[in-house]
Amino acid sequence: MGSITLKQVTKSFGDVNVIKPLDLHIRDGEFIVFVGPSGCGKSTLLRMIAGLEDTTSGNIDIDGEDATNMPPAKRGLAMVFQSYALYPHMSVRSNIAFPLKRAKVAPAVIDEKIEKAAKMLNLTDYLDRKPGQLSGGQRQRVAIGRAIVRQPSAFLFDEPLSNLDASLRVNMRLEISELHKSLDTTMIYVTHDQVEAMTMADRIAVFNGGIIEQVGTPLELYQKPVNRFVAGFIGSPKMNFIEVPAKAGDDTHSIGVRPEHLKITQERGLWSGKVGVVEHLGSETFLHVHVEGAGTLTVKADGDCPVSYGDTINLTAAESKIMHFDKDGVTIPSLSWGEERVA
Amino acid sequence: MNSSNKSKVVYTILAWTISGMIFFPILWTMITSFKTESEAISATPSLFMFEWTLENYKDVLARSPYFDHFMNSVIISLGASLLGLLIAIPAAWSMAFVQTKRTKNLLMWMLSTKMLPPVGVLIPIYLLFRDFGLLDTRLGLVIVMTLINLPIMVWMLYTYFREIPHEILEAARMDGAGIKEEIFHVLLPIALPGIASTLLLNVILAWNEAFWTLILTAANAAPLTAFIASYSSPEGLFYAKLSAASVMAVVPILILGWFSQKQLVRGLSFGAVK
Repeated sequence: MGSITLKQVTKSFGDVNVIKPLDLHIRDGEFIVFVGPSGCGKSTLLRMIAGLEDTTSGNIDIDGEDATNMPPAKRGLAMVFQSYALYPHMSVRSNIAFPLKRAKVAPAVIDEKIEKAAKMLNLTDYLDRKPGQLSGGQRQRVAIGRAIVRQPSAFLFDEPLSNLDASLRVNMRLEISELHKSLDTTMIYVTHDQVEAMTMADRIAVFNGGIIEQVGTPLELYQKPVNRFVAGFIGSPKMNFIEVPAKAGDDTHSIGVRPEHLKITQERGLWSGKVGVVEHLGSETFLHVHVEGAGTLTVKADGDCPVSYGDTINLTAAESKIMHFDKDGVTIPSLSWGEERVA
Repeated sequence: MNSSNKSKVVYTILAWTISGMIFFPILWTMITSFKTESEAISATPSLFMFEWTLENYKDVLARSPYFDHFMNSVIISLGASLLGLLIAIPAAWSMAFVQTKRTKNLLMWMLSTKMLPPVGVLIPIYLLFRDFGLLDTRLGLVIVMTLINLPIMVWMLYTYFREIPHEILEAARMDGAGIKEEIFHVLLPIALPGIASTLLLNVILAWNEAFWTLILTAANAAPLTAFIASYSSPEGLFYAKLSAASVMAVVPILILGWFSQKQLVRGLSFGAVK
């Protein structure tokens, strides 16, 4: 079991409201990712769920039981920290054994669990080493091992891959996803990297300024963002926004087009502009096109796109791929993904 | 010689000169301890060209119970430092990890007590000691040494603890450790270099403390500082014997300092370089 329900949860530091009243239900076995820019409150909320931060008001229920004022150890949750937070003076074995020893588990059972976790995480050869003798990826695996052996009802990950280099990050991402599949335990994962969020999550909660802007599956957020913030945050490179002049009977204040939905065309398109920086990534090319009246638009083109700096190109996008936002930045569904439009 | 080599030479000369100036009084004391009393007060003192003698050491050992004073020094300085740690560790833990708005003020207040001239509290402490029967007792000196060095101990430990990532302690809390286990199994082993240097520095401070030891002890609990002072007596100043007594008082702590200098420097610069 590992369902977590947040009811009107808030957090204030003095006069600053870091988390505004917030409701969220995390289902048992779900992999949910909290994503958002720095300082949006996602890590604070995770720490509140863990019990490392007090809750100013509201309730946190874990498996139906009110855990708002429960100490961290009693909540049955395990946490993996950004800095790994391994005990530097203990061997890998002792690190993994630490929570079990605190729970007064029999030594034979502890050994058995350590062996099992080490095998699962490829740590068998490193059990007698100190954390200082391990690479970043191995340290993170030890941190995960320490979390696994407790058989928690949910895992909390606080930006666990931020300290790893790019290639290792991709590997660890896969390992954590696989771990989720094999353990089938609830996982709450905090990150500011939307690629991690999109690739790992069953559902994503997008945070901004202490509130949740939208909760949904990765594709829902990509296809049907509820506002400009979510539209801009999900997707890489980020969505292009263009302010449009007011028209009678139309609430549209700005429109958004994703770089991958902009097409280069020979005929006159919706926009025309001069190509600035061209970024060749091999499989794809990012063009930064300066369009008069619309600013710089990013275009995701094929890897062998022949356009170069200074060229003038025409751009267009399918009407169904253009999102419309009102003056408050809220998506206008009927114009952006209305049934009739999508069809 | 290029300019970087030149400045290296200048810095080396400067370093040796300053070290020499600091060390010279100790060297002079050591040399004087091997002179006769008449040579020690000679109008034309000689650095090495004199008749070397061990008489002063023999006299000092014959006249005073050196080992009693030595044991008093050991018990008082070690006892005060250990007792101090016992109080300072939880205090520094709470100041470093459970900070409130007033933690900084509290730390400043603690430090400010070190700026108070000890003589300012001499009478109340003396009277308290008299009433509680603590005058000339080791326990009394352990208490007073603990109290006077406590602000420094808390400050030092606070500085070391602040360098330990909070996340490690939070991980311990998530892993089911209570405050006691968090401190004993996680914090203390990690902060051991800092704790060791705090202990060492406070042993040295307590060992060298003279003001309170001279006032609060007579014969029973007198440590080595009181033993040195006993050689400036109404009968006159015996420079050579005073020097021999000083050397005997200083040598143990000098040896401790020498062997632990690496630890001390490491501990004192803890956190300066990450």
